Amino acid sequence: MFEYAPAPESRDIVDIRPSYGLFINGEWVEPQGEDRHKTVNPATEEVLAEVAWAGEADVDRAVQAAAKAFPVWSAMPGAERAKYLFRIARLIQERSRELAVLETLDNGKPIRESRDVDLPLVAAHFFYYAGWADKLSYAGFGPDPRPLGVAGQVIPWNFPLLMLAWKIAPALACGNTVVLKPAETTPLTALAFADICRQADLPPGVVNIVTGAGETGAALVNHPGVDKVAFTGSTEVGRLIARGLAGTRKKLTLELGGKAANIVFEDAPLDQAVEGIVNGIFFNQGHVCCAGSRLLVQESVAADLLEALKRRLGTLRLGDPLDKNTDIGAINSAEQLAKIRELSEAGEAEGAERWSPACPIPDRGYWFPPTLFTGVAQSHRIAREEIFGPVLSVLTFRTPAEAVEKANNTPYGLSAGVWTEKGSLMLWMASRLRAGVVWSNTFNRFDPTSPFGGYKESGYGREGGRHGLEGYLAV
Amino acid sequence: MSERLSVRKTYKLFIGGAFPRSESGRSYAVTSSKGDFLANAARASRKDARDAVAAARKAFPGWSGATAYNRGQILYRIAEMLEGRRAQFVAEITAFGGVGVKQAGEMVDAAVDRLVWYAGWSDKIGAVLGSANPVAGPYFNLSSPEPTGVVAVVAPQVGPLLGLVSVIAPVIATGNTCVVVASERAPLPAITLAEVLATSDLPGGVVNVLTGSAAEIAPWLAGHMDVNGIDLTGADAELAVTCEELAAENLKRVLRPPAGPVNWLADPGIARMTTFLETKTVWHPIGV
Amino acid sequence: MTTPLAEVASSPSTLRAFLHGLPGVDRVGADARAAMLGTRSIKTTAKKQAIDLAIRMVDLTTLEGADTHGKVRAMCAKAVRPDPADSSVPPVAAVCVYPDLVATAVEALTGSGVKVASVATSFPSGRSSLEVKVAETRLAVAAGAAEIDMVIDRGAFLAGDYLKVYEEIVATKEACADAHLKVILETGELATYDNVRRASWLAMIAGADFIKTSTGKVSPAATLPVTLVMLEAVRDFLAATGRKVGVKPAGGIRTTKDAIKYLVLVNETAGPDWLDPDWFRLGASSLLNDLLMQRQKMATGRYAGPDYFTLD
Repeated sequence: MFEYAPAPESRDIVDIRPSYGLFINGEWVEPQGEDRHKTVNPATEEVLAEVAWAGEADVDRAVQAAAKAFPVWSAMPGAERAKYLFRIARLIQERSRELAVLETLDNGKPIRESRDVDLPLVAAHFFYYAGWADKLSYAGFGPDPRPLGVAGQVIPWNFPLLMLAWKIAPALACGNTVVLKPAETTPLTALAFADICRQADLPPGVVNIVTGAGETGAALVNHPGVDKVAFTGSTEVGRLIARGLAGTRKKLTLELGGKAANIVFEDAPLDQAVEGIVNGIFFNQGHVCCAGSRLLVQESVAADLLEALKRRLGTLRLGDPLDKNTDIGAINSAEQLAKIRELSEAGEAEGAERWSPACPIPDRGYWFPPTLFTGVAQSHRIAREEIFGPVLSVLTFRTPAEAVEKANNTPYGLSAGVWTEKGSLMLWMASRLRAGVVWSNTFNRFDPTSPFGGYKESGYGREGGRHGLEGYLAV
Repeated sequence: MSERLSVRKTYKLFIGGAFPRSESGRSYAVTSSKGDFLANAARASRKDARDAVAAARKAFPGWSGATAYNRGQILYRIAEMLEGRRAQFVAEITAFGGVGVKQAGEMVDAAVDRLVWYAGWSDKIGAVLGSANPVAGPYFNLSSPEPTGVVAVVAPQVGPLLGLVSVIAPVIATGNTCVVVASERAPLPAITLAEVLATSDLPGGVVNVLTGSAAEIAPWLAGHMDVNGIDLTGADAELAVTCEELAAENLKRVLRPPAGPVNWLADPGIARMTTFLETKTVWHPIGV
Repeated sequence: MTTPLAEVASSPSTLRAFLHGLPGVDRVGADARAAMLGTRSIKTTAKKQAIDLAIRMVDLTTLEGADTHGKVRAMCAKAVRPDPADSSVPPVAAVCVYPDLVATAVEALTGSGVKVASVATSFPSGRSSLEVKVAETRLAVAAGAAEIDMVIDRGAFLAGDYLKVYEEIVATKEACADAHLKVILETGELATYDNVRRASWLAMIAGADFIKTSTGKVSPAATLPVTLVMLEAVRDFLAATGRKVGVKPAGGIRTTKDAIKYLVLVNETAGPDWLDPDWFRLGASSLLNDLLMQRQKMATGRYAGPDYFTLD
């Protein structure tokens, strides 16, 4: 047997401070309240640092700093704003190893993913939008599109730094200033980003980072000084935000939940389909809003595909996220783990058959083995609710029309996958799937040039590409 | 010899291509700006709204799946039919009062021209809003706009024809279907427009017109879980907030009421179309 | 002799239908999978284990017009005792030479356990008559070759004449008698991964003991994704027929890092059962010294220099 020896990435490269304040107006400031929160490494439950919990007064201070910076930043020639963003992109590249390790420590995702997916995309996103800053008049939003003002941005814990990039890069390129709240369980890379803003000599107040939980986020999005709200997270919270903004003139973009169908036809390239299914649901422990959490497989190949899929799952390596050979890292928090467990138990209780490969689970930390459910019906909770974990529900279909019907039979509409070697079938499916992203013969690909966002209850607005500018311009 | 007694029109709702009365059996008197009786209009109920949404949903696959060229042809056909009924609309608008024959004629002409403008958009909006995205990898990556689905439209209370056409046309040009709540005060041109729509090759259910109280009907549409978007142009501030809150329940796309009075004769821009368009991005590998 | 699935070769149309009925291979997905496996980090004990395994899997090869008996004898000495200074280094799996040098190699390797493989069938182009190819195979076997590395008729394959390719493999296999048959697909000329998968199955159905990527004379030679596709083929063929076939990437594998990537590919595709010189070989020449240098680095902690390793 060929056992891979442990190959841990060194964590010496990161220097985590014992305690963090808030980043407001280019300075580290202490919050007005005493509220502080410990952020832990979900793979070990080790406390990494203490971060401040911003209250309403702190949020107000941050919004005011952003409002004060807005006239300067928005009046700056686009070419100059661009250069700041290019600087930031370069700083991220220079510090990418450090940021990848930090992301893995705080989030629990495998270093292979933070190193090879998150960080390259973060830098690419800043590079991409940097280039737009002085070309907005060519973007199709009129001869002189104007920024909105202060953007209040709230991001999730699944791709902490990448979601920050998706929010901050277009906002700044368009001339807005920003108050961003990272997720309560993953604040550290956003706080490291604050340091990058300082290294870039970004004018004070252009980017402000306030840490905290839901109340901090609510204070931010409901602050009257905020002109634009961008939120990525659960549909439940998105709904609350949309309701709260009723009657205001705040522009809102939402990137919410999903329950994507990954549809495999009998003429699919099966080995790549297996990889796509694995990448679709086990990438980032399934903590992906666009995860392919419902596998719809044509009955004629279902048995073969499932056998291949199970064999492949047997090769997944779960464990220390810092080990360079780890495929499945830790679940981000105890709360999320409880939710995944609860829904998986519901799956069993509702009669679906549960299967996981033999997979040793570490003693400490939050872990969940790659899991698939067969015999799932559309009515089962595991086929309808977003699990946000490494749990795949397998359903079958007989005809393309049935596949479309089942795929669309959800309030969500973020993404979908189609696997077939027949071009006309692929395009037929792609045109009928009510989802913002359709991956055909691939899954979970992202690029700053490619618009991302949902239909229906998966939210509105697009991030990425030319389309991503619209949410930050007065159009 | 007595003068011939004219045959009056019964103003009904327009749902699924048919002209039913309100299921509630209710109607209300429509009067001119001076208070003279003009006609009784149907006072639509929440159940009429429900039926209209069902009709719009039923029409959506066919209308959104029609070629953009075909939709453009039909919008142009609506313009043709409207032009042919110019005199009738002028009469209806002047009977309501507040505008003279010349001005009413200009409004009808503008409404016809607006339909022609949107007819031309149907097969161009995809090229303007779509994009081939140069991703950093061996993938074909194409974004294109698609209609949001069923859209509820609270039509402007003033500008009963031009305003109405200006809110309906952008929604359907891109492939959405809609349920329109007509101006409560001046609903008659909306029903006459429905007669135009019914004779313009527009499939039944693509546009459904309800008359009655916006304050009564719009919240049902805003809260309806099978409605995907809502245009609140004609809602007052209080109704708009109520509807926007209700719309959050299934994350409807919301077009808020304008901040000030609207000049319906001005270039409409494309925001009325883009609000009710989704962007779909399709990836496919490139390789032998 | 009948081989599993031989019935699909009962006519050109059944063979074609079978090969074209295999699932397609998406190039981008296969490339991405191979690249991902290439990021596995093999360190310390795993690396030591991998280096020795890779040495034992090497088919030490010389296939030059300038080859001489002396050159072959020197290479054979290296094959048996790769590092004269370190007797713990295992011998390689085989040497691979042209048919006229088989006897020399056999003589030099007698009693060593290192096998002699010979290319045959008008290597590398395969452009000759079947009679010549069979005769060449027989001569090489008669001279003592334990393994025959044949080339397929790529022209016939690309023209869709799968039955001709099949029949040549069957005939060569028969000429091999007890010798093992490695069938070189020359994947660089097959151009598509779909063709690689079809050619792999065609060769296996016809009786190949090994399927081999390349002659080394065409670029690209072995690549990770092509080898991935072939490993999937042997894995699926075993499941379908119960018969296990080996895989040999050849050409372009020069560094220890490359070799270890191939081992990872084997481990996570066909599975650990293939991690044995009986089922996986690396066709190479300069690779061996790099493996030796890395091995020494691991033993001594110092980076090795090429002057301390023999060039044969």
